[in-house]
Amino acid sequence: MPILEIKNAELSIDNKKILKGLSLNVNEGETHAIMGPNGSGKSTLSYMLAGRDGYELDNGNITFDNIDLTPLSPDERSNLGLFLAFQYPVELPGVSSTNFLREIFNSRKKYLGENELSHLDFIKHLRKVAENLSIKDEMLKRYVNFGFSGGEKKRFEILQMALLNPKISVLDETDSGLDVDALKIVSEGVNNLKDKKNAVIVITHYQRLLDYIKPDIVHIMSDGKIIKSGDADLALYVEKNGYSEILNEKS
Amino acid sequence: MVATTETINQVKTTTDKYKYGFSTNIEVDKAPKGLNEDIIRFISQKKEEPKWMLDWRLEAFKKWKRMEKPNWAKVSFPDIDFQDIYYYAAPKAKKKLNSLDEVDPELLKTYEKLGIPLNEQKMLAGVAVDAVFDSVSVATTFREKLSEVGVIFCPISEAIKNHPDLVKKYIGSVVPVTDNYYTALNSAVFTDGSFVYIPKGVKCPMELSTYFRINEKNTGQFERTLIVVEDEGYVSYLEGCTAPQRDENQLHAAVVELVAMNNSQIKYSTVQNWYPGDEQGKGGIYNFVTKRGKCLGENSKISWTQVETGSSITWKYPSCILMGDNSIGEFYSVAITNNAQQADTGTKMIHIGKNTKSTIISKGISAGKSQNTYRGQVQIQKGAYNARNFTQCDSLLIGDTCSAHTVPYINQHVSNAKVEHEATTSKISEDQLFYCMQRGLDTEQATSMIVNGFCKEVMKELPMEFAVEAQKLIGISLEGSVG
Repeated sequence: MPILEIKNAELSIDNKKILKGLSLNVNEGETHAIMGPNGSGKSTLSYMLAGRDGYELDNGNITFDNIDLTPLSPDERSNLGLFLAFQYPVELPGVSSTNFLREIFNSRKKYLGENELSHLDFIKHLRKVAENLSIKDEMLKRYVNFGFSGGEKKRFEILQMALLNPKISVLDETDSGLDVDALKIVSEGVNNLKDKKNAVIVITHYQRLLDYIKPDIVHIMSDGKIIKSGDADLALYVEKNGYSEILNEKS
Repeated sequence: MVATTETINQVKTTTDKYKYGFSTNIEVDKAPKGLNEDIIRFISQKKEEPKWMLDWRLEAFKKWKRMEKPNWAKVSFPDIDFQDIYYYAAPKAKKKLNSLDEVDPELLKTYEKLGIPLNEQKMLAGVAVDAVFDSVSVATTFREKLSEVGVIFCPISEAIKNHPDLVKKYIGSVVPVTDNYYTALNSAVFTDGSFVYIPKGVKCPMELSTYFRINEKNTGQFERTLIVVEDEGYVSYLEGCTAPQRDENQLHAAVVELVAMNNSQIKYSTVQNWYPGDEQGKGGIYNFVTKRGKCLGENSKISWTQVETGSSITWKYPSCILMGDNSIGEFYSVAITNNAQQADTGTKMIHIGKNTKSTIISKGISAGKSQNTYRGQVQIQKGAYNARNFTQCDSLLIGDTCSAHTVPYINQHVSNAKVEHEATTSKISEDQLFYCMQRGLDTEQATSMIVNGFCKEVMKELPMEFAVEAQKLIGISLEGSVG
């Protein structure tokens, strides 16, 4: 069953074409990796999917669970079950992490027509989920991402992912700025959430993350398009030989 | 200082969001329109005041007539015709009230609707309320319970009759009659307000609260509040305000005086939600208020916390005179302006005693086409050795048609005093909004969350029950400001 279908997506920013006819299909249960050199349009792709202002399609279409995503706002897309783990999570000074998490958790529950959790029940639930990601109570008392280390920020992203239980998660360079230990914790967190009903798209520069999060399909992105797709071995090939060979192959 | 974002463009109407805009149909006693000595005599007579009070009023009126309207604030509005205002309006009382059960049910319903039930059984535990409707106090709850510990909490009109020595001693002692144009006016025509007296050594067992409601058309509300706390005493006091939605402007010119003796503490919190006018700036309350506290005793402390979301124009500077050695003054403020609202607010900290300390935390939030000015003065007078002040003024802009201004005045006459001032201006960033929305929060939830975060340092100073209310209010005031 397809969850996400992107057809011929074209998008420009400040009159400069960034996505130039990108197509991608993601089915339930799959993990996709998107790799590519700097400036190939990977982050633009993630913002486009999440519906950020200014990242509207010029051409093409995206459907999510057979629903046309293009007219939907970021919160509506989130409610449908689309999650973006940010490359650079944003600081919210004065907003307590616990309150923020409860707010987003209950707003998702409300959307799903499920019971919202009381403050106490939520705290219990949160503690359990946070423990799996080695997130201490102390961190949850701080303001959202405020003064978090790089590793803390990324773990906090995965914590939100775990609480929202999305159908598709886009991890935008989640490995950047992580040491090996943090990388392991984050990857385990992602793997624990993976099931037959959801899907993950991992956007990354490097193969090393893919040692921990095993992709079913690897795509190479360049100049606003996917130029090559293959299995996990493709990532290993890139790791060994760099992008240039594949890029040359294409041109 | 205006920042722009492409996403924030349209300012929608918020008038339908003002849920306190209804008016109550009730028979009223009114003085004729206009202001002259007879009107003042009329008010004084209605209140059954002693002669000294009437004389005080008439003296104030004489002085007021010679005074000029202030024009230094960064607000603009058409000239007020002081002869076109009713100075006294009161719900017609069938007879003298002996208990809450005898209050007009129409009035009880009004307060119920405002979320202030006056029925003591239904009340929030631990909060006593004085309800002021137009020119009179209509009910004060928990008076007996308070009087058991010696606390006096009653309408000021009653205090003038029953506790004349106290009132005589302190009224005008913090805010002199001629302090400014509006204090002189208030002194001449004030109609009601609250009086609080905390005797020596008493920690007031519950929060005291006054709820001001303007109902009548073309009526000015001139309330007067006086709080005196004796040695080692403590009180936490809160005021709330609302008014019906009307096309014409209405004047609210209050005077609040606080007196703190040795080792005593007064915590004064305001949630001001007067009708702000419509999105074009039509109607709304002119809120011209003078609030001042005097730390008369050593080690005394006065804290002002205010959340200002309403009024078309706010002109208000709750201040502290730090006379007693080691006394402390604090000012925590959130002022939100949207649409065509104008706010010029801040504080004055006058350091006179040794080792006096003051803290000012001001958060201004502007949206729509509004103007938000922080105006603050820190004065370290000769003899205020080792005085300390810390001031932090932060402004948050939403959209690109509003403005924020910070006007600090610092006068320092002591070399070893320390005055620190920090100011920042920021805007809600697109990154923050997008981040919250990606997690499923809609624009308004996201804005409210970010703004509440911005105000955190002030909100945490509010008593619990009201902090929740104030948070919601901030959300409501900004609805439609981010498009």
